[in-house]
Amino acid sequence: MPSWSTVRDDFPALHQKVNGHPLVYLDNAATAQKPQVVIDTLSHFYERDNSNVHRGLHALSMRSTDAYEGARSRIAKFINAAAPEEIIFTRGTTESINLVAASWGGANLKAGDVILLTEMEHHSNLVPWQLIAKRTGAKLRYLPVTGDDGLLDLARLDRVLTPEVKVFAFTHISNSLGTINPVTELCARAKKVGAITVIDGAQAIGHMPVDVRAVGCDFYAFSGHKMAGVTGIGVLYGRRALLDAMPPWQGGGGMISNVDFFESRWKPTPERFEAGTPNFADAVALGASCDYLDALGRDQIQKHDGELARVAYEKLSTLPGIRLLGPAPSQQERGGLVSFAFADVHAHDIVTFADEDGIALRGGHHCNQPLMRKLGLTGTTRASFYVYNTPEEIDVLVKSLQRILKFFAG
Amino acid sequence: MSDLSDLYQQVILDHNKRPRNRGRLPTANRVAHGDNPTCGDQCNVYLRVEGDRIAEISFDGSGCAISQASASLMTTQIKGKTAAEAEKLYQEFHNIVTTGKAPEEISDVGAFAGVHAFPARIKCATLGWHAALNALKGDPASATTESHLD
Repeated sequence: MPSWSTVRDDFPALHQKVNGHPLVYLDNAATAQKPQVVIDTLSHFYERDNSNVHRGLHALSMRSTDAYEGARSRIAKFINAAAPEEIIFTRGTTESINLVAASWGGANLKAGDVILLTEMEHHSNLVPWQLIAKRTGAKLRYLPVTGDDGLLDLARLDRVLTPEVKVFAFTHISNSLGTINPVTELCARAKKVGAITVIDGAQAIGHMPVDVRAVGCDFYAFSGHKMAGVTGIGVLYGRRALLDAMPPWQGGGGMISNVDFFESRWKPTPERFEAGTPNFADAVALGASCDYLDALGRDQIQKHDGELARVAYEKLSTLPGIRLLGPAPSQQERGGLVSFAFADVHAHDIVTFADEDGIALRGGHHCNQPLMRKLGLTGTTRASFYVYNTPEEIDVLVKSLQRILKFFAG
Repeated sequence: MSDLSDLYQQVILDHNKRPRNRGRLPTANRVAHGDNPTCGDQCNVYLRVEGDRIAEISFDGSGCAISQASASLMTTQIKGKTAAEAEKLYQEFHNIVTTGKAPEEISDVGAFAGVHAFPARIKCATLGWHAALNALKGDPASATTESHLD
């Protein structure tokens, strides 16, 4: 088991004071801090190996290419993909989902088809599908969320998951509710009606073991920066048979096998989907993030973050007038975040006051506007945890919230 | 960071807790909507303009204490005024929240001087005003605080 008390030492950004108080960083669902080893990997790459990848015949280019393709293999292993070719580097989850929607959706969707989403999707797993629906004439349909307990209404799955559904896209862990969805079951059910599955793994990838073949999904999208990695790099995992049948979505260098004045031929995956100079330096650093998280153990991270969420949920539930979202920890295991609202104090006022105590929170709709509207909320305050957070920090949060409530009640 | 009590003055807390002129105005002949996409703050302003004066005004919406209190106070400031007078009052208010300097003769709006130390909140303080000015211009389109307006 990792020594959680020393994990904090790995993250230089945590060792600072904010407004005179030790930083309590609880905004990890937005972006996580980076361990020194990841920062060092990135700067060492720029200091020693930097050169454009592929087609290079000189020493640095070969080193750079090896490092980039090594990172691809590392990430394939991290999520148990069948082959490195199933890993496409993107800018992040959003770009990954846009790639699937535009390329797979553009080639396969037509009027009369249905795109099934859930009501808890982040805008990044919603707007790309709205765009492709408009282009192809396919219709959007939603699997409902039950209410404040933040569960997918599985009793209604049969009614919405009909043979017209060609793609079912859903989040692994909700960024505003903290719900861990039963992704393996959802993929199996989709397969029965012949729908492909796209999972938004942004909130899951750095927080729990993810095995794409055990889950049985067709696509899995995630970002590096929420898994102790750098910004600007993300991944689209896709099953090779699907990727090989998909048209390119951006054209340029690196993705062609032959170009003529009037037409071109494409390389196979993954190069087909990586037009232009890829973000190789950040990809190499992402490989280091995988090493870091595996050294801690992702099953251990899941326990640690889930336990913090449980403690936070229980301590926060004692505050007068609080409305907590997502499943109660006694009901089912939660992802490492808690989201809450008060009738009389707006989330942005809470975030401003908490900041005065050195606490970094996030308030607002969390890119979940339709869900917030459905729940009758204008937004929530969210505290999200990672490997370096401690139960003592939850006490600091609760104390700060007590002060804020008192101030606004005054 | 400046002391939060500079930002959350008593006047602001009072207007947030007991907003003036809150709700829909059934007799309104001008309406405009304002929003602040990043925050999700919303503000509708309803006016009944008679001749060249604002005879009645109300607002509704949701948002942080700063945005709600500012919209509330705004309604008390511009009721009975002409469009030109309302515009002038907005300019004065804008100066207060961007410079932190409150002229002595202005009372309650001076409470918003503390906003200037929190640049991210200036758009909260001006949201209701933008909606009101748009309503006066007869422009029901959204006043958004995230383009040229601030």
